[in-house]
Formats: sequence, structure tokens, C-alpha cells
Amino acid sequence: MAWKYSKKVRDHYLHPRNVGEVNNADAIGEIGSMVCGDALKLTLSVDKTTDRILDAKFQTYGCGSAIASSSALTEIIIGMTIDEALNVSNQDLAEYLDGLPEEKMHCSVMGKEALEAAVANYRGEDHSHEEEDEGKIVCHCFAVTDRQIEKAITENSLTTVGQITNYTKAGGACGSCLGKIDTILQSVLSRSRPMPEPRQNDFEPIVKPEGKMSMFKKIRLIEEVLEKEIRPALGYDHGGLELLDIEGNTVYIRLTGKCHACTNNDSTLAFISSQLENILGEPIDLQNLE
Amino acid sequence: MTQPVIYLDNNATTRVAPEVFESMVPFLTDLYGNPSSMHDFGGNLQEYVEEARAQVAALIGAEDPSEIIFTSCGTEADNTAIASALRANPGKKHIITSKVEHPAVLNYFEYLENSGYEVTWLPVDGDGLLDADRVEAAIRDDTALCSLMWANNETGVIFPIDQIGERLKKHGVMFHTDAVQAVGKIPIDLSRTPVDMLSLSGHKFHAPKGIGALYVRRGTMFYPYLIGGHQERGRRSGTTPVPLIAAIGTAAKLAIASMESEATSVSALRDRLEEGIRATVPGIVFVGDRKNRLPNTANISFEYVEGEAILLMLSEENIAASSGSACSSDSLEPSHVLRAMGLPFELCHASIRFSLSRYTTVSDIDIAIEKLPGVIANLRNISPFTPPEMRG
Repeated sequence: MAWKYSKKVRDHYLHPRNVGEVNNADAIGEIGSMVCGDALKLTLSVDKTTDRILDAKFQTYGCGSAIASSSALTEIIIGMTIDEALNVSNQDLAEYLDGLPEEKMHCSVMGKEALEAAVANYRGEDHSHEEEDEGKIVCHCFAVTDRQIEKAITENSLTTVGQITNYTKAGGACGSCLGKIDTILQSVLSRSRPMPEPRQNDFEPIVKPEGKMSMFKKIRLIEEVLEKEIRPALGYDHGGLELLDIEGNTVYIRLTGKCHACTNNDSTLAFISSQLENILGEPIDLQNLE
Repeated sequence: MTQPVIYLDNNATTRVAPEVFESMVPFLTDLYGNPSSMHDFGGNLQEYVEEARAQVAALIGAEDPSEIIFTSCGTEADNTAIASALRANPGKKHIITSKVEHPAVLNYFEYLENSGYEVTWLPVDGDGLLDADRVEAAIRDDTALCSLMWANNETGVIFPIDQIGERLKKHGVMFHTDAVQAVGKIPIDLSRTPVDMLSLSGHKFHAPKGIGALYVRRGTMFYPYLIGGHQERGRRSGTTPVPLIAAIGTAAKLAIASMESEATSVSALRDRLEEGIRATVPGIVFVGDRKNRLPNTANISFEYVEGEAILLMLSEENIAASSGSACSSDSLEPSHVLRAMGLPFELCHASIRFSLSRYTTVSDIDIAIEKLPGVIANLRNISPFTPPEMRG
């Protein structure tokens, strides 16, 4: 399919700025691989007394928006101090390019990650320590860690698993980690909203997408039902739930908060499964894991 | 766009032949009747429909035009065939297909697998080939259907449908083939090849989009997919699209007339393109079997660069091609066909398909050969993986 790229994105992939490697680089940041489908090597020349970035060059393997994001990154950070550069977000990169298609936001995240890697390299941060901090791999297809996912959620105010895939690629291939991604999403969201607030339903009906239900679509749909229909309802009773996994028609959840200790769990579970079945149009087996 | 496009994406769709367009015009203007009507103004149009049916039958060597059912597209033909075969074989819960099918078959089989059918997903070898022995070995007592494509849309690789058909016939297993990419490009003779059902699509051989056909061999149990009026002898309901049917008939007639000469002229251009690229671009891999393939398709992987970026750059040069790269689709996974062939991910991401037609000219090919090395060199200069000797 053809992507709708802005004029600026097109300009930057057709005429990328600052391609190559800085001689005697003071900082090198490398991210991605050919297997994943995109990779970026960023090299910086830095004035050691002022911490100012004197020059930045990039090499990118990837699609048009990956090349454009890399080119934009170098244009933005040249002349900045290291600290200023670290404040550049992936949203800033996308805005500089007059926007990126939602499905291509991961290209701007790659730019941001390469920059962080380069800064860590410049500061001589302990590599082993860094690895420890990188977290656990969640998406094995694209080697995305829980830390990266958490970061993408908080920095971009993401609220759905589909958005996380657009921003990090996690879950975009085999889809087997989508349940885990949802768990991370829920835990980040619950941290930012410690008590589930009773909230108004927005009365927009949830519509089952037409055509074949891939596992990905199914998980998106289930998540939407949980978010719009079920969590608000549980929230009134100060309860909550986490989506743990989905296998075929079996949906594994964990009731949390007051629901966890509630003696009326059976009727809660019956309510949840009937809501899910209504929208999915197929029987499901709901398992509450303690 | 003022410059005419250099169109090398004919496996995606083709230009409507001028003769085909002309043949539609009467039915888009004066002869607008409905062939199902009692009055002559409409009813007389049925003869044009039957003429087109005979032309499509002739294109695939069907013994009787009544074996042709017009559909809206290849996907509808595929879905209809599969659904019918399963209904015709109640109680049988095993079905066979390959890992490299078009989504119209692949995703339907996935859906069936989720609804309780057991699916054998046949692998292909590194050249994209499938051995008839492998198909035979997969057959079970409860096999309801085997569905395999005649030629692959991404690589052009041709399956040995004759041999596979013989094996399946021997075991009495129903056989459907998605021949959407093969029909009109290579000779097909169903009077000799034992397939029970075959899908084809008009827009792949110079008819417009919106018309396809399903061949159902006489004597094959058949259940319609669309339930409604009595059109197509009750086998496919829906108002008869006379202009589109006239178009696919004309396109079939043209394909029969020119197939032999095109097989040589188009494959000569394809070979010219491949040789031209081989001579000017280092670090390339030809994908798919070199012998058993469609005359119009070339699939080439360019090391150290990514397919979508190549397509965007080619598009700037007004050249249209397609890619197996993940980035050029709405999924993040590269082509299932190339991965089933065991092609490394980095080569899947970098694969470009060039597909030609009777309207491709020597000049088109030469311009592509002229522009491509610059595009690849440009992207290789940007890529961090390019070895020094390939940098400009």
C-alpha cells in the first residue's frame, strides 16, 4: 500500500541531509538490524568543553520514513548541547517532518533511541550496567524490551496495544506477545491512574471489524471491550482487571483491586464474558487466574 | 503526471486492452438491458454473455462453456470453490494447501483452521517449488480438499499442477487451483489437466477490475456461495454484469491469440531486464526457480537496502514495481512467500518484483536498467551495512 508521506518526509528521503560518518566520532549510537528491517547508525562530533554537538551524521537501512527521520534528527540536534539533544522527543522528530503516518511512528522512535545510545556512548556509561537497564525482551520478532514499551507508552501517551505496535513494532509480526504488551500497558496506565476513576462511557458503539479476525484484530477488539465497557463498570466498585493472554477462544484475565477479593466473582466473570461474546460474536472461555 | 509511467507491476493489475474497452462500450451505452429480463431488449444480451463464456472456456481448455461461472473477482472464485468443496464433503475435516498461497486462499484456510478443520500447510523449497510427491503424502482418508495455486504472484514460480492433479485424482481428493496469475500468461488445458475447480481474474490479463470466473468441472458437486436470483443457472446470483463479461471474453480471445508470441517476447524483455541489472548492480540475488516460472515475472533482492525505499525512489523516476518488504505493506512482517522459501529476512526486506505485460516496451526496460543502478547505489551509500567496495 502507498503511504501518505508529507512533502517534508519526501524531501528528506529523496535528499537526506548529513549522510555518512563523522571522522573521529566522539559518540556512536547504533540501533536496529537488517533482520528487523530497519537500522540506524548515528555518529556525533562533540565539543568536549561545552558539550555542544558540532556535527552529526547518519547511516540508515530502512524505508523512506526511516531515512527521513534520521535525516531530520541530525538537522535538529546539530548545534545543541548534549542535554538539549536528549530533550528532543520522537514526537519532535515527527513534527519536524510535518507528521508521519501512525504506522510509521516507530521510525521516529528509532531516531530517538539512536540518539540516546550515542549520548550513553559519549558519556562512557557502563555498557553492562546499561544492558541490565534495558529490560527484558518482550517481542522476540523485533527484539523490543519491556523498558522500550513502557517508555513509548509514557512519552507518547499511548492507550492501546495497536498504538504500541505502531510506535515500537512490538507485536507486529507473529503477534504472540500481544497479551504481554497489554499487561505492560495496563500496569503503566494503572500507575498513571492509581485509582480507577469511574468514568462516563463515551457511547461510541464498539464495532467488530469486517473480514477475517486475525489474532491481532481479535486482541485489539477484546482490549477495546475491556477498556470501554468492562473496566469502567468494574471501576464503579473500585475493582479492575488485567488481560494476561489469549489463546484461541480462551481469554486469561486477572481481577485486581476490590474485584480480586470480591466474593461475587462469578457474576463479575459472567458479565465480562457475556460482554465479550456479544461483540466478538463467538463463544469464549474466560479464565480468571489468581 | 505528464510522463507516461513505466509500469512493471502487472502482477498487481494490468492495463485494459483497447480492444477490450471497445467491446464494453455498447453495453455501457445503448445495450444496457438486463439479460434476465423477459423482453428481447434485455434477454437478447444473454447471447453476448454466452459468447464470452465460450471465450473464457477456450482460454483454459474447458470442455464445455457451462463449466464457467462468472464472479466478481478472483477472491470470490477462491472463496466460492473452497466453501463448496467443504459442503460437498461433509464429515471430512482435513484440508491441504501451501504456505505460499494468495491471501484469498491462505486467510480462508486460516479461518477454517480456527473453526476446527485440520490444515496441512505444504512447504516449498528454496526455489519456491512444490513436489507432487509431497502433496500425495499429505493425503488422508478424511481429506476434503486440496487447494494450490498454479503460479505464484510474487515469484512467478509455477507448481506442477498436471502431476499434482493426477495424484489427487487417484486418491479421489477434490482439487481447486487458484490460477489467477497463470491464466492468460501460460497455456492451460483443462481437458488434459485434472483439476476440479479453477479460479481466474480478468484484470490480470487486460480486462477491467470487477470480473473473474470460477471453472467447475462437470460432475463436480457444487454449492453456490451467493444465494439470490437464478443468474448463472443459480450458481452465482447477482445481476449479470454484461459489460464486464463482454470485457473478460474479449480479453480471453486476445490472450489466446497472442499467448504463444507473448511468451517469447515478454520473457525476452524480462531476461533483458534481469541481465541488465545483473551487469550493472552488484550484490543481487534472483529469487525463485529460474525455469518453472511465468514469462513476465522477475523477483530480485538487493543486498544492504530496504524494498520500500527502493520503490519510493523508483516511483520518483516514474517506474512502478512492488516489494516483498514489510514496510511496503500494512503488516510489519515481510512476504510470507519469501519467508516460506527460507529467504533470510534481510533479503525478504530487499526484494523487488518486476512484472511485465504485452504492453511493456524495450524502451521501458532500458529506462529501468538505466535508472536502477543509481537508486540502489544511492540507498547503499545511506545504509550502514554496505561494505566499502560497494560504496560510491
